[in-house]
Amino acid sequence: MRRRQKAAPVAPVAGTGDTTGNGAGTGGVALRLRGVTARLGGREILRDVDLDVPNGRRVGVVGVNGAGKSTLLRVLAGVLHPSAGDLSIADAEGTLQDSHDVSSRERARRLAFVPQEEVVAAELLVGEMVALGRVPQTRPWARGGAGERATVLAALDAVGLGDRVDSPCDQLSGGERRRAVLARGLAQQCPVMVLDEPTNHLDVAWQLRLLELLAERPGTLVASIHDLDLALRFFDTLVVVGWPPGADRAREPAGVVAVGRPVDVLDRHHVHTHFGVGSVQVPHPHLDQPHLLIHPREDTSSS
Amino acid sequence: MSHGKKSRAPRTRRRLPFWPLVVVLVLLLLVSVVVSLAFGSEPIPVGEVVTTVTDRFTGDEPGRWDVIVWELRLPRALLAVVVGAGLAVAGAGMQTLVRNPLADPYLLGISSGASVGATAVITTGVLGALGIYAISTGALLGAIASAVLVWLVATAQGGLTPLRLVLTGVVLSSGLSAIASFLVFLSDDPRAANSVMFWMLGSVGGATWIKLWIPALVVAIAALAMLAIHRWMDALAAGPETAAALGVNVAGLRITLFVGLAVLVGVLVAVSGGIGFVGLIVPHAARLVVGARHRVVLPVAALGGGLFLLWVDVLARLAVRPQEIPLGVVTGVVGAPLFLLLMGRGQYRFGGER
Repeated sequence: MRRRQKAAPVAPVAGTGDTTGNGAGTGGVALRLRGVTARLGGREILRDVDLDVPNGRRVGVVGVNGAGKSTLLRVLAGVLHPSAGDLSIADAEGTLQDSHDVSSRERARRLAFVPQEEVVAAELLVGEMVALGRVPQTRPWARGGAGERATVLAALDAVGLGDRVDSPCDQLSGGERRRAVLARGLAQQCPVMVLDEPTNHLDVAWQLRLLELLAERPGTLVASIHDLDLALRFFDTLVVVGWPPGADRAREPAGVVAVGRPVDVLDRHHVHTHFGVGSVQVPHPHLDQPHLLIHPREDTSSS
Repeated sequence: MSHGKKSRAPRTRRRLPFWPLVVVLVLLLLVSVVVSLAFGSEPIPVGEVVTTVTDRFTGDEPGRWDVIVWELRLPRALLAVVVGAGLAVAGAGMQTLVRNPLADPYLLGISSGASVGATAVITTGVLGALGIYAISTGALLGAIASAVLVWLVATAQGGLTPLRLVLTGVVLSSGLSAIASFLVFLSDDPRAANSVMFWMLGSVGGATWIKLWIPALVVAIAALAMLAIHRWMDALAAGPETAAALGVNVAGLRITLFVGLAVLVGVLVAVSGGIGFVGLIVPHAARLVVGARHRVVLPVAALGGGLFLLWVDVLARLAVRPQEIPLGVVTGVVGAPLFLLLMGRGQYRFGGER
């Protein structure tokens, strides 16, 4: 019941009647949340979230600091158990299964999760850290063979760190470490990837290269991102985590307030409501792509 | 692999190859065990030691050193190896469980609990019916009780998370040590303080073949069990969230490790007292030479710990003959400079701190 009441603020964004973002011809749902409430340290962060992640699509998660993007991703990835509601994960045939019926090991074979910040274990070589991505696929006593080495190298090559496979992890820079951790996610070779701010710490060239890499990869992707312009251009569907207008942000838990095509979700009105800044979508002068220009909050009288 | 650009090559940190190192350590250990038998209050020529040991295997008439070598020194040497290996493995496991480089096997209050049990036996004479096993039994009971206490407190406060375990263990350790001191203070026996202190600093004296097999079995099982899940241990060392993302059942693994380590360390403390330092430094030393993966750390730490404590025990019975120094004193005096030397060699970091 509460879900239905909640449906009002979840804006059925113009142009998409389908709030789940489950477009036609995508072949089912990879991850599904129903009525999910999530708590951290006793505090309710997210309340009553419904979300379908369509199979084979790229879903971006945007929202202001502290809205609960990471919490949403951790719930989707199955590493944070919701205090209420359900997570379902599709199996290889595409049939949704309740996450309680999926072992952690099996889950990690279907879904690779890379957290936002991670203290990389010292005294591990980069290749050894990336090889951790093979943990779900291998027996816990197995010694990594040549096949594992090849997988690790391929993943590191993809993020431009193939020549650092035998370097100690603590000699990497912040951006390199970020890419190495993402390589671990790639080495997991799962149909679904859930990435918490994959472009964090990356320079501008690597942000684009990484997003292209993820776009070329077959399979489903859910990733949070702060750069709204990249979000506009890169994802098939955007999810806004935040509060309905007028909510007390300090007290009330957030939720999913908009789901839809990026050009619709990031229109001037929504960007203003959810991010408190002015914006305009303009066509790129040379490329056939819309771009989002951000400027300080508009005078409310002009809007 | 032709995968390195030459300019990057110097950034690779030097490590020793695993298998050659293991072979060398095993050979060293075998030779050391035999050679160590020569040292003691009654020095025996190494040649005689070898003949005495081989006589046993060939079934020849036992020679004049048979009792000293076979019944006294060999069980003692083997117990030193077993305890050293066990402490090193326990230390490596504990450092992974709580993700803290300062963790040692006694973190869970186990040695303090054991010392309360042992002190109670020494000062009040309870469990006297058990004879020579009274102190060991008291220590084991104390160790189990303190582990259960840490478990209960940590669980009641929200789970076996690393920080909670460390804090609970440290706080309860201090509390239990105070109780042990109080028991000594209450005692009328002027020698009680001395024997309690000697016990707490550890010894492998008084080892017999019969006393040897339980700790040997427990250490072997614990080491093999941890080795059998070395990939999960690596994942846990990378952090709980990462481990969970990699499909490791973090809560289950923590509970298993906790119980396993409590039993392992409880048994070790019961047979040898609280020998400090081995469980703290040997795992770090092993990581320094072969890297942090548990598949290589655990065997190297076990062999290194055994080798280290074997020679510590030799030193302990030679240094101020005919007296014996407690092992904990020797491990500290020898271990601290040794470790600082190792640490300075290659800018060693644990847990990514810069």
